[in-house]
Amino acid sequence: MLNVSGVTKRFGGLTAVSSVDLNVQEGEIVSLIGPNGAGKTTLFAMVAGFLKCDEGQVTFDQVSINGMKPHQISKLGMVRTFQITQPFAGLTTLENIMVGAYSNTSDSEVAREKAEKVAETVGMKSLLSQGADGLTVAGRKRLELARALATDPKLLLLDEVMAGLNPTEIDEIVAVIKSIRATGVTIFLIEHVMKAVMNLSDRTYVLNDGKLIASGTPSTVAEDPQVIEAYLGHGAAEAMVAKS
Amino acid sequence: MSALGKNMMLLLAGAVLLMVAPAFIVSKFYIDVLTLIFFTAYLGQSWNILGGYAGQFSFGGVMFFGTGAYASSILLTTFGVPPIIGIVVAIFAGALLGFIVGFMSFRSGLKGSYFALITLAFAELLRVLANSVEFTGGGVGLFLKYAPGLSNLQFETPTGFYYFALLLLFISIAIALWLERSRFGAQLVAIRENEDAAEALGINTLRCKIYAIMIMGAMGGAAGTFYAQKYLYLDPPIAYSIHLSVEMLLVTIVGGMGTVFGPLIGAFVLHVVNEIARHFIDTPGLSLIVYGFILIIIISYLPNGLIGMFKKKLKQTDASALDKLKSDQGDGNA
Ligand SMILES: Nc1ncnc2c1ncn2[C@@H]1O[C@H](COP(=O)(O)OP(=O)(O)O)[C@@H](O)[C@H]1O
Ligand SMILES: [Mg+2]
Repeated sequence: MLNVSGVTKRFGGLTAVSSVDLNVQEGEIVSLIGPNGAGKTTLFAMVAGFLKCDEGQVTFDQVSINGMKPHQISKLGMVRTFQITQPFAGLTTLENIMVGAYSNTSDSEVAREKAEKVAETVGMKSLLSQGADGLTVAGRKRLELARALATDPKLLLLDEVMAGLNPTEIDEIVAVIKSIRATGVTIFLIEHVMKAVMNLSDRTYVLNDGKLIASGTPSTVAEDPQVIEAYLGHGAAEAMVAKS
Repeated sequence: MSALGKNMMLLLAGAVLLMVAPAFIVSKFYIDVLTLIFFTAYLGQSWNILGGYAGQFSFGGVMFFGTGAYASSILLTTFGVPPIIGIVVAIFAGALLGFIVGFMSFRSGLKGSYFALITLAFAELLRVLANSVEFTGGGVGLFLKYAPGLSNLQFETPTGFYYFALLLLFISIAIALWLERSRFGAQLVAIRENEDAAEALGINTLRCKIYAIMIMGAMGGAAGTFYAQKYLYLDPPIAYSIHLSVEMLLVTIVGGMGTVFGPLIGAFVLHVVNEIARHFIDTPGLSLIVYGFILIIIISYLPNGLIGMFKKKLKQTDASALDKLKSDQGDGNA
Protein backbone atom coordinates (compact mmCIF):
# COMPACT_ATOMS: atom_id res chain seq x y z
CA MET A 1 0.00 0.00 0.00
CA LEU A 2 2.79 2.41 0.98
CA ASN A 3 6.19 2.06 -0.62
CA VAL A 4 9.16 4.16 0.34
CA SER A 5 12.39 3.62 -1.55
CA GLY A 6 15.71 5.35 -1.22
CA VAL A 7 14.22 8.37 0.51
CA THR A 8 16.70 10.95 1.73
CA LYS A 9 16.33 14.32 3.43
CA ARG A 10 19.09 16.75 4.25
CA PHE A 11 18.88 19.85 6.40
CA GLY A 12 22.01 21.77 5.50
CA GLY A 13 24.87 19.49 6.50
CA LEU A 14 22.67 17.12 8.50
CA THR A 15 21.22 14.07 6.77
CA ALA A 16 18.04 13.59 8.78
CA VAL A 17 16.81 10.65 6.70
CA SER A 18 19.26 8.63 4.68
CA SER A 19 18.17 6.37 1.82
CA VAL A 20 15.32 4.66 3.64
CA ASP A 21 13.39 1.76 2.12
CA LEU A 22 10.24 0.48 3.75
CA ASN A 23 6.72 -0.61 2.98
CA VAL A 24 3.35 -0.98 4.65
CA GLN A 25 0.86 -3.59 3.43
CA GLU A 26 -2.88 -3.23 3.60
CA GLY A 27 -4.36 -4.26 6.93
CA GLU A 28 -1.09 -4.13 8.85
CA ILE A 29 -0.05 -2.18 11.87
CA VAL A 30 3.57 -1.22 11.25
CA SER A 31 5.66 0.77 13.68
CA LEU A 32 8.71 2.92 13.24
CA ILE A 33 10.89 3.30 16.31
CA GLY A 34 14.17 4.96 17.06
CA PRO A 35 15.78 7.38 19.46
CA ASN A 36 14.97 11.08 19.51
CA GLY A 37 16.31 12.85 16.48
CA ALA A 38 16.51 9.64 14.44
CA GLY A 39 14.48 11.19 11.64
CA LYS A 40 11.11 9.52 12.20
CA THR A 41 8.99 12.67 12.07
CA THR A 42 10.97 13.91 9.09
CA LEU A 43 10.23 10.68 7.24
CA PHE A 44 6.50 11.02 8.00
CA ALA A 45 6.55 14.61 6.85
CA MET A 46 8.01 13.54 3.51
CA VAL A 47 5.57 10.67 3.07
CA ALA A 48 2.62 12.99 3.82
CA GLY A 49 3.85 15.70 1.45
CA PHE A 50 4.85 18.29 4.06
CA LEU A 51 8.51 18.07 3.10
CA LYS A 52 10.08 17.39 -0.29
CA CYS A 53 12.30 14.32 -0.58
CA ASP A 54 15.81 15.21 -1.69
CA GLU A 55 16.07 11.73 -3.20
CA GLY A 56 13.90 8.66 -3.50
CA GLN A 57 10.40 7.62 -4.38
CA VAL A 58 7.19 7.34 -2.39
CA THR A 59 4.19 5.52 -3.81
CA PHE A 60 0.79 5.04 -2.26
CA ASP A 61 -1.53 2.47 -3.81
CA GLN A 62 0.88 2.25 -6.76
CA VAL A 63 0.58 5.99 -7.38
CA SER A 64 3.73 8.09 -7.15
CA ILE A 65 3.07 10.85 -4.67
CA ASN A 66 6.39 12.68 -4.90
CA GLY A 67 5.70 16.37 -5.25
CA MET A 68 2.03 16.10 -4.29
CA LYS A 69 0.55 18.60 -1.84
CA PRO A 70 -0.41 17.34 1.63
CA HIS A 71 -4.11 17.83 0.94
CA GLN A 72 -3.88 15.76 -2.23
CA ILE A 73 -2.21 12.92 -0.37
CA SER A 74 -4.79 13.24 2.37
CA LYS A 75 -7.53 12.94 -0.23
CA LEU A 76 -5.91 9.77 -1.58
CA GLY A 77 -6.49 8.28 1.87
CA MET A 78 -3.18 8.67 3.69
CA VAL A 79 -3.61 11.02 6.64
CA ARG A 80 -1.04 12.01 9.24
CA THR A 81 -1.27 13.26 12.80
CA PHE A 82 1.24 15.58 14.41
CA GLN A 83 3.65 14.67 17.20
CA ILE A 84 3.35 18.23 18.47
CA THR A 85 -0.43 18.37 18.49
CA GLN A 86 -1.93 20.97 16.17
CA PRO A 87 -5.50 21.50 17.35
CA PHE A 88 -7.76 24.18 15.91
CA ALA A 89 -7.44 25.87 19.27
CA GLY A 90 -10.34 28.29 19.00
CA LEU A 91 -12.82 25.56 18.09
CA THR A 92 -14.60 22.89 20.10
CA THR A 93 -13.75 19.22 19.93
CA LEU A 94 -16.79 18.63 17.74
CA GLU A 95 -15.86 21.41 15.35
CA ASN A 96 -12.31 20.10 15.16
CA ILE A 97 -13.44 16.62 14.21
CA MET A 98 -16.03 17.99 11.79
CA VAL A 99 -13.23 19.60 9.76
CA GLY A 100 -11.91 16.10 9.16
CA ALA A 101 -15.38 14.77 8.40
CA TYR A 102 -15.93 17.49 5.80
CA SER A 103 -13.27 15.72 3.76
CA ASN A 104 -15.97 13.45 2.36
CA THR A 105 -19.14 15.51 2.53
CA SER A 106 -20.21 19.10 2.16
CA ASP A 107 -23.35 18.50 4.23
CA SER A 108 -22.82 19.84 7.73
CA GLU A 109 -25.39 17.48 9.25
CA VAL A 110 -23.65 14.46 7.77
CA ALA A 111 -20.30 15.84 8.97
CA ARG A 112 -21.68 16.38 12.45
CA GLU A 113 -23.03 12.83 12.68
CA LYS A 114 -19.75 11.43 11.40
CA ALA A 115 -17.82 13.53 13.93
CA GLU A 116 -19.99 12.33 16.77
CA LYS A 117 -19.51 8.73 15.73
CA VAL A 118 -15.74 9.16 15.54
CA ALA A 119 -15.73 10.90 18.92
CA GLU A 120 -17.42 7.84 20.34
CA THR A 121 -14.82 5.55 18.78
CA VAL A 122 -11.92 7.47 20.34
CA GLY A 123 -13.70 8.07 23.64
CA MET A 124 -14.27 11.81 23.36
CA LYS A 125 -18.04 11.80 23.39
CA SER A 126 -18.24 13.73 26.65
CA LEU A 127 -15.77 16.35 25.42
CA LEU A 128 -17.61 17.35 22.24
CA SER A 129 -18.49 20.88 23.32
CA GLN A 130 -15.19 21.43 25.12
CA GLY A 131 -12.83 23.99 23.59
CA ALA A 132 -9.80 22.28 22.07
CA ASP A 133 -7.46 24.66 23.88
CA GLY A 134 -8.75 23.35 27.20
CA LEU A 135 -7.99 19.68 26.49
CA THR A 136 -5.38 17.69 28.44
CA VAL A 137 -2.38 16.17 26.66
CA ALA A 138 -4.28 12.90 26.36
CA GLY A 139 -7.29 14.76 25.02
CA ARG A 140 -5.22 16.52 22.40
CA LYS A 141 -3.63 13.27 21.27
CA ARG A 142 -7.05 11.72 20.90
CA LEU A 143 -8.26 14.75 19.02
CA GLU A 144 -5.40 14.38 16.53
CA LEU A 145 -6.45 10.78 16.04
CA ALA A 146 -10.15 11.62 15.83
CA ARG A 147 -9.75 14.36 13.23
CA ALA A 148 -7.62 12.14 11.03
CA LEU A 149 -10.00 9.22 11.45
CA ALA A 150 -12.97 11.38 10.51
CA THR A 151 -11.54 11.75 6.98
CA ASP A 152 -12.10 8.00 6.49
CA PRO A 153 -8.45 7.27 5.72
CA LYS A 154 -7.09 4.06 4.23
CA LEU A 155 -3.75 4.53 5.95
CA LEU A 156 -3.24 6.45 9.19
CA LEU A 157 0.18 7.87 10.00
CA LEU A 158 0.32 8.30 13.77
CA ASP A 159 3.24 10.27 15.16
CA GLU A 160 3.77 9.44 18.84
CA VAL A 161 0.13 9.49 19.86
CA MET A 162 1.11 7.87 23.16
CA ALA A 163 3.94 10.19 24.18
CA GLY A 164 3.21 11.99 27.42
CA LEU A 165 0.33 9.73 28.43
CA ASN A 166 0.09 7.73 31.65
CA PRO A 167 -0.16 3.92 31.52
CA THR A 168 -3.96 3.87 31.80
CA GLU A 169 -4.30 6.40 29.00
CA ILE A 170 -1.87 4.39 26.89
CA ASP A 171 -3.90 1.22 27.38
CA GLU A 172 -7.01 3.10 26.34
CA ILE A 173 -5.49 4.51 23.19
CA VAL A 174 -3.96 1.13 22.28
CA ALA A 175 -7.44 -0.33 22.46
CA VAL A 176 -8.72 2.50 20.29
CA ILE A 177 -6.01 1.91 17.67
CA LYS A 178 -6.80 -1.81 17.63
CA SER A 179 -10.47 -1.09 17.12
CA ILE A 180 -9.62 1.28 14.26
CA ARG A 181 -7.56 -1.43 12.59
CA ALA A 182 -10.43 -3.83 13.03
CA THR A 183 -12.52 -1.55 10.82
CA GLY A 184 -10.04 -2.06 7.98
CA VAL A 185 -7.79 0.96 8.38
CA THR A 186 -4.08 0.31 7.92
CA ILE A 187 -1.83 1.93 10.51
CA PHE A 188 1.75 3.14 10.39
CA LEU A 189 2.89 4.57 13.68
CA ILE A 190 5.91 6.20 15.16
CA GLU A 191 6.25 5.25 18.77
CA HIS A 192 8.55 5.49 21.68
CA VAL A 193 6.50 3.49 24.14
CA MET A 194 7.90 -0.02 23.90
CA LYS A 195 5.02 -1.83 25.51
CA ALA A 196 2.63 -0.36 23.01
CA VAL A 197 4.82 -1.33 20.08
CA MET A 198 5.04 -4.93 21.27
CA ASN A 199 1.36 -5.10 21.78
CA LEU A 200 0.28 -3.44 18.62
CA SER A 201 2.52 -3.87 15.64
CA ASP A 202 2.80 -6.69 13.17
CA ARG A 203 6.15 -5.36 12.00
CA THR A 204 8.64 -2.81 13.22
CA TYR A 205 11.31 -0.70 11.54
CA VAL A 206 14.13 0.80 13.56
CA LEU A 207 15.63 4.11 12.51
CA ASN A 208 18.87 5.46 13.93
CA ASP A 209 20.70 8.57 12.75
CA GLY A 210 18.49 8.67 9.68
CA LYS A 211 19.29 5.08 8.63
CA LEU A 212 17.19 1.96 8.94
CA ILE A 213 19.13 -0.46 11.09
CA ALA A 214 16.62 -3.26 11.53
CA SER A 215 13.18 -4.47 10.60
CA GLY A 216 10.93 -7.43 11.30
CA THR A 217 8.55 -8.58 13.97
CA PRO A 218 8.88 -6.66 17.23
CA SER A 219 10.41 -9.58 19.05
CA THR A 220 13.12 -10.27 16.43
CA VAL A 221 13.89 -6.57 16.26
CA ALA A 222 14.22 -6.42 20.02
CA GLU A 223 16.77 -9.25 19.89
CA ASP A 224 18.79 -7.67 17.10
CA PRO A 225 22.19 -6.84 18.60
CA GLN A 226 22.54 -3.77 16.41
CA VAL A 227 19.29 -2.41 17.74
CA ILE A 228 20.20 -3.19 21.30
CA GLU A 229 23.58 -1.60 20.78
CA ALA A 230 22.32 1.52 19.04
CA TYR A 231 19.11 2.21 20.75
CA LEU A 232 17.48 0.03 23.31
CA GLY A 233 20.16 -0.86 25.80
CA HIS A 234 20.23 -4.30 27.43
CA GLY A 235 17.61 -3.65 30.05
CA ALA A 236 15.02 -2.47 27.59
CA ALA A 237 15.66 -5.33 25.19
CA GLU A 238 15.19 -7.90 27.90
CA ALA A 239 12.11 -6.14 29.13
CA MET A 240 10.64 -6.22 25.63
CA VAL A 241 11.35 -9.91 25.15
CA ALA A 242 10.02 -10.69 28.58
CA LYS A 243 6.76 -8.94 27.88
CA SER A 244 6.19 -10.48 24.46
CA MET B 1 -38.76 27.39 20.37
CA SER B 2 -35.31 26.11 19.47
CA ALA B 3 -32.32 28.41 19.88
CA LEU B 4 -31.93 28.46 16.12
CA GLY B 5 -35.55 29.45 15.58
CA LYS B 6 -35.24 32.15 18.21
CA ASN B 7 -32.13 33.58 16.55
CA MET B 8 -33.88 33.48 13.20
CA MET B 9 -36.80 35.47 14.65
CA LEU B 10 -34.45 38.04 16.16
CA LEU B 11 -32.68 38.35 12.85
CA LEU B 12 -35.91 38.87 10.97
CA ALA B 13 -37.12 41.40 13.52
CA GLY B 14 -33.88 43.35 13.15
CA ALA B 15 -34.15 43.24 9.37
CA VAL B 16 -37.75 44.48 9.43
CA LEU B 17 -36.80 47.24 11.85
CA LEU B 18 -34.08 48.50 9.51
CA MET B 19 -36.46 48.24 6.57
CA VAL B 20 -39.17 50.39 8.14
CA ALA B 21 -36.81 52.77 9.95
CA PRO B 22 -36.84 55.46 7.21
CA ALA B 23 -40.57 55.91 7.75
CA PHE B 24 -39.83 57.16 11.26
CA ILE B 25 -36.63 59.08 10.65
CA VAL B 26 -37.40 62.54 9.30
CA SER B 27 -33.86 63.87 9.35
CA LYS B 28 -31.95 63.34 6.09
CA PHE B 29 -28.80 63.58 8.16
CA TYR B 30 -29.60 60.46 10.16
CA ILE B 31 -30.62 58.57 7.05
CA ASP B 32 -27.24 59.44 5.59
CA VAL B 33 -25.41 58.39 8.74
CA LEU B 34 -27.21 55.04 8.73
CA THR B 35 -26.45 54.60 5.03
CA LEU B 36 -22.79 55.17 5.74
CA ILE B 37 -22.88 52.73 8.66
CA PHE B 38 -24.37 50.02 6.41
CA PHE B 39 -21.82 50.76 3.73
CA THR B 40 -18.90 50.51 6.16
CA ALA B 41 -20.37 47.39 7.76
CA TYR B 42 -20.66 45.84 4.31
CA LEU B 43 -17.03 46.62 3.50
CA GLY B 44 -16.07 45.41 6.97
CA GLN B 45 -17.81 42.12 6.24
CA SER B 46 -15.86 41.75 3.01
CA TRP B 47 -12.68 42.21 5.03
CA ASN B 48 -14.03 39.83 7.67
CA ILE B 49 -14.37 36.94 5.24
CA LEU B 50 -10.67 36.90 4.47
CA GLY B 51 -9.39 38.44 7.71
CA GLY B 52 -11.85 37.28 10.34
CA TYR B 53 -12.83 33.85 9.05
CA ALA B 54 -9.76 32.80 7.06
CA GLY B 55 -7.29 34.68 9.29
CA GLN B 56 -5.51 36.50 6.45
CA PHE B 57 -5.25 40.17 7.40
CA SER B 58 -5.12 42.71 4.61
CA PHE B 59 -4.14 46.39 4.78
CA GLY B 60 -5.15 47.09 1.21
CA GLY B 61 -8.80 46.09 1.12
CA VAL B 62 -9.66 49.35 -0.60
CA MET B 63 -8.14 48.09 -3.85
CA PHE B 64 -11.28 46.13 -4.72
CA PHE B 65 -13.53 49.05 -3.91
CA GLY B 66 -11.47 51.41 -6.05
CA THR B 67 -11.20 49.00 -8.94
CA GLY B 68 -14.94 48.35 -8.91
CA ALA B 69 -15.65 52.06 -8.73
CA TYR B 70 -13.41 52.74 -11.72
CA ALA B 71 -14.79 49.78 -13.66
CA SER B 72 -18.42 50.89 -13.59
CA SER B 73 -17.61 54.62 -13.77
CA ILE B 74 -15.36 54.28 -16.82
CA LEU B 75 -17.92 52.05 -18.49
CA LEU B 76 -20.51 54.73 -17.84
CA THR B 77 -18.56 57.84 -18.79
CA THR B 78 -16.64 56.38 -21.72
CA PHE B 79 -19.01 53.79 -23.15
CA GLY B 80 -22.36 54.84 -21.75
CA VAL B 81 -22.92 51.46 -20.09
CA PRO B 82 -25.58 51.85 -17.38
CA PRO B 83 -24.31 51.25 -13.83
CA ILE B 84 -26.80 48.45 -13.24
CA ILE B 85 -24.70 46.48 -15.73
CA GLY B 86 -21.57 48.30 -14.59
CA ILE B 87 -21.96 46.94 -11.07
CA VAL B 88 -21.87 43.39 -12.42
CA VAL B 89 -18.65 44.18 -14.25
CA ALA B 90 -17.34 45.82 -11.04
CA ILE B 91 -18.10 42.63 -9.12
CA PHE B 92 -16.21 40.55 -11.65
CA ALA B 93 -13.34 43.06 -11.75
CA GLY B 94 -13.03 42.89 -7.96
CA ALA B 95 -13.10 39.10 -8.00
CA LEU B 96 -10.50 38.98 -10.77
CA LEU B 97 -8.22 41.35 -8.87
CA GLY B 98 -8.75 39.16 -5.80
CA PHE B 99 -7.71 36.14 -7.81
CA ILE B 100 -4.56 37.84 -9.09
CA VAL B 101 -3.49 39.14 -5.68
CA GLY B 102 -4.44 35.89 -3.94
CA PHE B 103 -2.72 33.67 -6.47
CA MET B 104 0.48 35.70 -6.41
CA SER B 105 0.78 36.08 -2.67
CA PHE B 106 -0.74 32.86 -1.30
CA ARG B 107 0.99 30.63 -3.81
CA SER B 108 4.34 31.98 -2.73
CA GLY B 109 3.33 31.27 0.85
CA LEU B 110 2.93 34.84 2.08
CA LYS B 111 1.28 35.05 5.48
CA GLY B 112 0.72 37.38 8.39
CA SER B 113 2.23 40.81 8.12
CA TYR B 114 3.90 39.97 4.80
CA PHE B 115 0.54 39.32 3.20
CA ALA B 116 -0.95 42.42 4.83
CA LEU B 117 1.85 44.57 3.46
CA ILE B 118 1.62 43.08 -0.02
CA THR B 119 -2.07 44.05 -0.17
CA LEU B 120 -1.13 47.55 0.94
CA ALA B 121 1.49 47.67 -1.80
CA PHE B 122 -1.07 46.54 -4.39
CA ALA B 123 -3.50 49.25 -3.34
CA GLU B 124 -0.79 51.90 -3.51
CA LEU B 125 0.39 50.62 -6.86
CA LEU B 126 -3.14 50.87 -8.24
CA ARG B 127 -3.50 54.38 -6.87
CA VAL B 128 -0.32 55.47 -8.63
CA LEU B 129 -1.43 53.70 -11.81
CA ALA B 130 -4.87 55.31 -11.71
CA ASN B 131 -3.17 58.65 -11.34
CA SER B 132 -0.90 58.21 -14.33
CA VAL B 133 -3.11 56.67 -17.01
CA GLU B 134 -5.57 58.56 -19.13
CA PHE B 135 -8.73 56.47 -19.11
CA THR B 136 -9.24 56.96 -15.36
CA GLY B 137 -9.23 60.71 -15.78
CA GLY B 138 -5.87 60.74 -13.98
CA GLY B 139 -5.50 63.20 -11.16
CA VAL B 140 -8.44 65.26 -12.39
CA GLY B 141 -10.78 62.40 -11.67
CA LEU B 142 -14.08 61.30 -13.13
CA PHE B 143 -17.28 63.31 -12.81
CA LEU B 144 -20.49 61.34 -12.99
CA LYS B 145 -23.84 62.82 -13.95
CA TYR B 146 -26.71 62.80 -11.55
CA ALA B 147 -29.61 61.13 -13.33
CA PRO B 148 -31.81 59.30 -10.84
CA GLY B 149 -33.17 55.98 -11.99
CA LEU B 150 -32.72 52.33 -11.19
CA SER B 151 -30.53 51.67 -14.21
CA ASN B 152 -28.17 54.38 -12.94
CA LEU B 153 -28.39 53.07 -9.37
CA GLN B 154 -29.16 56.63 -8.37
CA PHE B 155 -32.11 57.80 -6.33
CA GLU B 156 -34.02 60.99 -5.80
CA THR B 157 -33.91 60.83 -2.04
CA PRO B 158 -31.33 59.71 0.52
CA THR B 159 -33.82 56.97 1.40
CA GLY B 160 -33.16 55.34 -1.97
CA PHE B 161 -29.47 55.03 -1.21
CA TYR B 162 -30.38 53.88 2.30
CA TYR B 163 -32.21 50.90 0.82
CA PHE B 164 -29.40 50.22 -1.65
CA ALA B 165 -26.90 50.13 1.21
CA LEU B 166 -29.27 48.02 3.30
CA LEU B 167 -29.53 45.51 0.46
CA LEU B 168 -25.74 45.29 0.32
CA LEU B 169 -25.68 44.83 4.09
CA PHE B 170 -28.25 42.02 3.94
CA ILE B 171 -26.27 40.26 1.23
CA SER B 172 -23.07 40.51 3.28
CA ILE B 173 -24.80 39.12 6.36
CA ALA B 174 -26.28 36.30 4.31
CA ILE B 175 -22.77 35.42 3.11
CA ALA B 176 -21.47 35.40 6.68
CA LEU B 177 -24.39 33.26 7.86
CA TRP B 178 -23.65 30.84 5.06
CA LEU B 179 -20.00 30.70 6.13
CA GLU B 180 -21.08 29.86 9.68
CA ARG B 181 -22.98 26.82 8.49
CA SER B 182 -21.11 25.59 5.46
CA ARG B 183 -18.14 23.39 4.81
CA PHE B 184 -16.36 26.25 3.09
CA GLY B 185 -16.71 28.41 6.20
CA ALA B 186 -15.42 25.61 8.42
CA GLN B 187 -12.46 25.19 6.09
CA LEU B 188 -11.63 28.90 6.25
CA VAL B 189 -11.75 28.81 10.04
CA ALA B 190 -9.57 25.69 10.06
CA ILE B 191 -7.02 27.55 7.93
CA ARG B 192 -7.13 30.46 10.35
CA GLU B 193 -6.62 28.22 13.36
CA ASN B 194 -3.92 25.96 11.94
CA GLU B 195 -2.95 25.80 8.33
CA ASP B 196 -0.79 22.66 8.52
CA ALA B 197 -3.53 20.72 10.26
CA ALA B 198 -6.01 21.94 7.67
CA GLU B 199 -3.80 20.64 4.85
CA ALA B 200 -3.31 17.34 6.64
CA LEU B 201 -7.08 16.90 6.74
CA GLY B 202 -7.38 17.32 2.99
CA ILE B 203 -8.19 21.01 2.73
CA ASN B 204 -6.77 22.71 -0.35
CA THR B 205 -5.70 25.73 1.67
CA LEU B 206 -4.41 27.67 -1.33
CA ARG B 207 -7.68 27.32 -3.19
CA CYS B 208 -9.80 28.19 -0.15
CA LYS B 209 -7.79 31.35 0.52
CA ILE B 210 -8.05 32.39 -3.11
CA TYR B 211 -11.83 31.84 -3.05
CA ALA B 212 -12.05 33.93 0.11
CA ILE B 213 -10.13 36.86 -1.35
CA MET B 214 -12.23 36.60 -4.53
CA ILE B 215 -15.42 36.92 -2.50
CA MET B 216 -13.89 39.88 -0.70
CA GLY B 217 -12.96 41.37 -4.07
CA ALA B 218 -16.40 40.84 -5.57
CA MET B 219 -18.04 42.52 -2.59
CA GLY B 220 -15.59 45.42 -2.68
CA GLY B 221 -16.26 45.89 -6.38
CA ALA B 222 -19.99 46.35 -5.82
CA ALA B 223 -19.27 48.83 -3.02
CA GLY B 224 -17.22 50.88 -5.47
CA THR B 225 -20.14 51.28 -7.84
CA PHE B 226 -22.42 52.21 -4.96
CA TYR B 227 -20.04 54.90 -3.81
CA ALA B 228 -19.43 56.38 -7.25
CA GLN B 229 -23.16 56.59 -8.03
CA LYS B 230 -23.85 58.21 -4.69
CA TYR B 231 -21.05 60.76 -4.54
CA LEU B 232 -20.68 61.28 -8.33
CA TYR B 233 -16.95 61.85 -8.21
CA LEU B 234 -13.94 59.57 -8.25
CA ASP B 235 -10.21 60.23 -8.19
CA PRO B 236 -7.23 58.05 -7.21
CA PRO B 237 -6.94 59.27 -3.58
CA ILE B 238 -10.62 58.48 -3.02
CA ALA B 239 -10.66 55.20 -4.94
CA TYR B 240 -7.57 53.83 -3.24
CA SER B 241 -7.58 55.62 0.10
CA ILE B 242 -5.72 53.99 2.95
CA HIS B 243 -8.35 55.48 5.21
CA LEU B 244 -11.00 53.13 3.84
CA SER B 245 -8.67 50.13 4.07
CA VAL B 246 -8.20 50.95 7.73
CA GLU B 247 -11.89 51.56 8.33
CA MET B 248 -12.95 48.17 7.05
CA LEU B 249 -10.53 46.29 9.26
CA LEU B 250 -11.20 48.60 12.17
CA VAL B 251 -14.98 48.13 12.29
CA THR B 252 -14.44 44.37 12.12
CA ILE B 253 -11.83 44.26 14.87
CA VAL B 254 -13.90 46.55 17.09
CA GLY B 255 -17.09 44.55 16.56
CA GLY B 256 -15.50 41.12 16.55
CA MET B 257 -13.55 39.26 13.87
CA GLY B 258 -14.95 36.05 12.47
CA THR B 259 -18.47 36.84 13.64
CA VAL B 260 -21.58 37.54 11.59
CA PHE B 261 -22.50 40.83 13.25
CA GLY B 262 -19.08 42.10 14.28
CA PRO B 263 -18.66 44.45 11.31
CA LEU B 264 -22.14 45.93 11.71
CA ILE B 265 -21.75 46.50 15.44
CA GLY B 266 -18.28 47.92 14.93
CA ALA B 267 -19.45 50.24 12.16
CA PHE B 268 -22.33 51.45 14.29
CA VAL B 269 -20.19 52.15 17.35
CA LEU B 270 -17.40 53.82 15.40
CA HIS B 271 -19.69 56.09 13.42
CA VAL B 272 -21.68 57.11 16.46
CA VAL B 273 -18.54 57.82 18.48
CA ASN B 274 -17.18 59.69 15.52
CA GLU B 275 -20.27 61.86 15.11
CA ILE B 276 -20.30 62.67 18.81
CA ALA B 277 -16.60 63.54 18.79
CA ARG B 278 -17.16 65.77 15.78
CA HIS B 279 -19.86 67.57 17.67
CA PHE B 280 -17.32 68.78 20.20
CA ILE B 281 -14.16 69.29 18.19
CA ASP B 282 -14.42 69.66 14.46
CA THR B 283 -10.94 69.31 13.02
CA PRO B 284 -9.96 67.42 9.89
CA GLY B 285 -8.43 64.04 10.63
CA LEU B 286 -10.31 63.78 13.90
CA SER B 287 -11.85 60.47 12.91
CA LEU B 288 -8.39 58.94 12.53
CA ILE B 289 -7.47 60.03 16.03
CA VAL B 290 -10.71 58.65 17.41
CA TYR B 291 -10.23 55.40 15.50
CA GLY B 292 -6.69 55.04 16.73
CA PHE B 293 -7.79 55.55 20.29
CA ILE B 294 -10.62 53.03 20.05
CA LEU B 295 -8.38 50.50 18.34
CA ILE B 296 -5.82 50.69 21.12
CA ILE B 297 -8.49 50.16 23.75
CA ILE B 298 -10.12 47.27 21.94
CA ILE B 299 -6.90 45.44 21.14
CA SER B 300 -5.61 45.88 24.69
CA TYR B 301 -8.76 44.95 26.55
CA LEU B 302 -11.15 43.22 24.16
CA PRO B 303 -9.18 41.08 21.72
CA ASN B 304 -12.42 39.46 20.57
CA GLY B 305 -14.17 42.76 20.04
CA LEU B 306 -17.47 43.92 21.45
CA ILE B 307 -19.23 40.71 20.50
CA GLY B 308 -16.53 38.74 22.30
CA MET B 309 -17.22 40.79 25.41
CA PHE B 310 -20.94 39.98 25.32
CA LYS B 311 -20.29 36.31 24.68
CA LYS B 312 -17.97 36.20 27.70
CA LYS B 313 -20.61 37.87 29.86
CA LEU B 314 -23.14 35.34 28.67
CA LYS B 315 -20.81 32.46 29.51
CA GLN B 316 -20.18 33.92 32.95
CA THR B 317 -23.87 34.17 33.71
CA ASP B 318 -24.32 30.61 32.42
CA ALA B 319 -21.55 29.44 34.70
CA SER B 320 -22.86 31.26 37.74
CA ALA B 321 -26.34 29.89 37.08
CA LEU B 322 -24.83 26.42 36.96
CA ASP B 323 -22.96 27.03 40.22
CA LYS B 324 -26.17 28.18 41.81
CA LEU B 325 -27.95 25.08 40.56
CA LYS B 326 -25.23 22.89 42.01
CA SER B 327 -25.29 24.61 45.39
CA ASP B 328 -29.09 24.37 45.41
CA GLN B 329 -28.85 20.65 44.83
CA GLY B 330 -26.20 20.47 47.53
CA ASP B 331 -28.61 22.16 49.94
CA GLY B 332 -31.31 19.72 48.95
CA ASN B 333 -29.09 16.79 49.77
CA ALA B 334 -28.05 18.20 53.11
N1 LIG C 1 12.97 21.71 9.63
C1 LIG C 1 14.17 21.26 10.07
N2 LIG C 1 15.29 21.97 9.86
C2 LIG C 1 16.49 21.54 10.29
N3 LIG C 1 16.68 20.39 10.97
C3 LIG C 1 15.61 19.63 11.23
C4 LIG C 1 14.29 20.03 10.80
N4 LIG C 1 13.41 19.07 11.20
C5 LIG C 1 14.14 18.15 11.84
N5 LIG C 1 15.45 18.46 11.87
C6 LIG C 1 16.53 17.65 12.43
O1 LIG C 1 16.47 16.38 11.82
C7 LIG C 1 16.71 15.36 12.75
C8 LIG C 1 15.54 14.39 12.79
O2 LIG C 1 14.45 15.00 13.45
P1 LIG C 1 13.06 14.29 13.62
O3 LIG C 1 12.64 13.76 12.29
O4 LIG C 1 12.14 15.21 14.29
O5 LIG C 1 13.41 13.09 14.58
P2 LIG C 1 12.47 12.13 15.43
O6 LIG C 1 11.06 12.38 15.03
O7 LIG C 1 12.96 10.76 15.10
O8 LIG C 1 12.71 12.46 16.87
C9 LIG C 1 16.98 16.05 14.09
O9 LIG C 1 18.37 16.17 14.27
C10 LIG C 1 16.35 17.40 13.92
O10 LIG C 1 17.00 18.36 14.69
MG1 LIG D 1 9.45 12.94 16.14
